[in-house]
Amino acid sequence: MHEMSIAQSLLDVIKEEMRKHNATELKSVLIHVGQLSAIVPESLSFCFEVMTSGTELEGAKLNMEVIPLTGNCRKCGQTFEIKNYAFECPFCDSKDIETLSGQELSIVEMEVE
Amino acid sequence: MKVSVVKNILAANDRIAQENRAIFDEKNLLVFNLMSSPGAGKTSLLEKTISALKDQLKMGVIEGDIQSSQDAERIAAKGVPAVQINTGGACHLDGNMIRDTFKEFDLDNLDLLVVENVGNLVCPAEFKVGEDFKVMILSVTEGEDKPAKYPLMFHESKVLLINKIDLLPYVDCTVERIREEALKVNPDLKIFEISCKTGEGLDAWCDWLKGELKAKA
Repeated sequence: MHEMSIAQSLLDVIKEEMRKHNATELKSVLIHVGQLSAIVPESLSFCFEVMTSGTELEGAKLNMEVIPLTGNCRKCGQTFEIKNYAFECPFCDSKDIETLSGQELSIVEMEVE
Repeated sequence: MKVSVVKNILAANDRIAQENRAIFDEKNLLVFNLMSSPGAGKTSLLEKTISALKDQLKMGVIEGDIQSSQDAERIAAKGVPAVQINTGGACHLDGNMIRDTFKEFDLDNLDLLVVENVGNLVCPAEFKVGEDFKVMILSVTEGEDKPAKYPLMFHESKVLLINKIDLLPYVDCTVERIREEALKVNPDLKIFEISCKTGEGLDAWCDWLKGELKAKA
C-alpha cells in the first residue's frame, strides 16, 4: 500500500503547478498510470480523496488513464502490445524488446481556476 | 482553465535518488537494493554473504523494516556496520530515508552498501534509492506464479536469487518453472539458485558480486 506516498507526491506537484499558474481552485487532474506500475487506481483515488478533504483542494476530481504496456522489437522492428507481461516479440520471438509505454506515473493535465 | 503539465509524480524521489547515486559513484561504492516478500531470506542471505566476503571487502547494511531493530542487530552481530530504518508503517524505503543514514556510515571506507528493503513484493520496486541495481529473492515456498502476479519487481531487478532450494522436495513448485516465468517478465534477469540453510549456490552468487565490485572499483 504505497498509494498514500504516491498521493502525497501527486499533491506536492499539483500545489507547485497551481502556484506557478496563480490558480486557487483545482477542478480536476488527469494522470497516466502505466500498466506495469504497481498502483491500484481505486486505492490511489481513495487516498487522494482523504488527503484533499478539508483542504482548499477538496472536491477536486482525480482522473486516471491506464496506459497499456507496449514495446518495440529491436530485431524485427515491429511495435506491439506486451500481453501478460511477457517481454517477447509476438512476430519473431525475440526477447530484445524496448519498452515504449506502460511504466508511466505522471501528471498530464490539470483543470484549475 | 486547462493546464498541460506532463510531470513524473515521483520526480522528487527520483531526484534525491540521483543525488544519492552521484555520491556513491564518486566514492566508487557499489550499492544494491535487496527486495523480496517477508520471510524469503533477505537477512539470511546478507549474513551468509558477509561471512563469505568479510575478509575481502568492507560492507555496510541499511535495514528497512516497519518496526523493530532485530535485523540490524543480526547484521551488527556479524561485525558489519548496520543502520536500522523504521518506516513506522510505510511499505518501502525511499531516497530520502537512505540519504538520512549517510551520517551513520564512513562511506569513504566502504566497498559495498546493501539496502535491505521492507519485505514486500510490490511497493519497493517503484521507489529508487540511488542503487546501482536491484536484487530480489523468491523462495521456492512462494510458488512460480509470483512473476506473473508481481511483474514490476521482477522486471526492475537485475538479479533473482531463488532461495530455499533445500525445500524443493516438499513443495510442488520447480526451479525450472520459476525460471521460465521470471524470464518471461525479464529476459535479462541473472538467476542464481541458492539455499541460505545449506549454503548451496552461494559461492556462485558471491563470485558474481565480486565481479560487480571489481567493475565499479
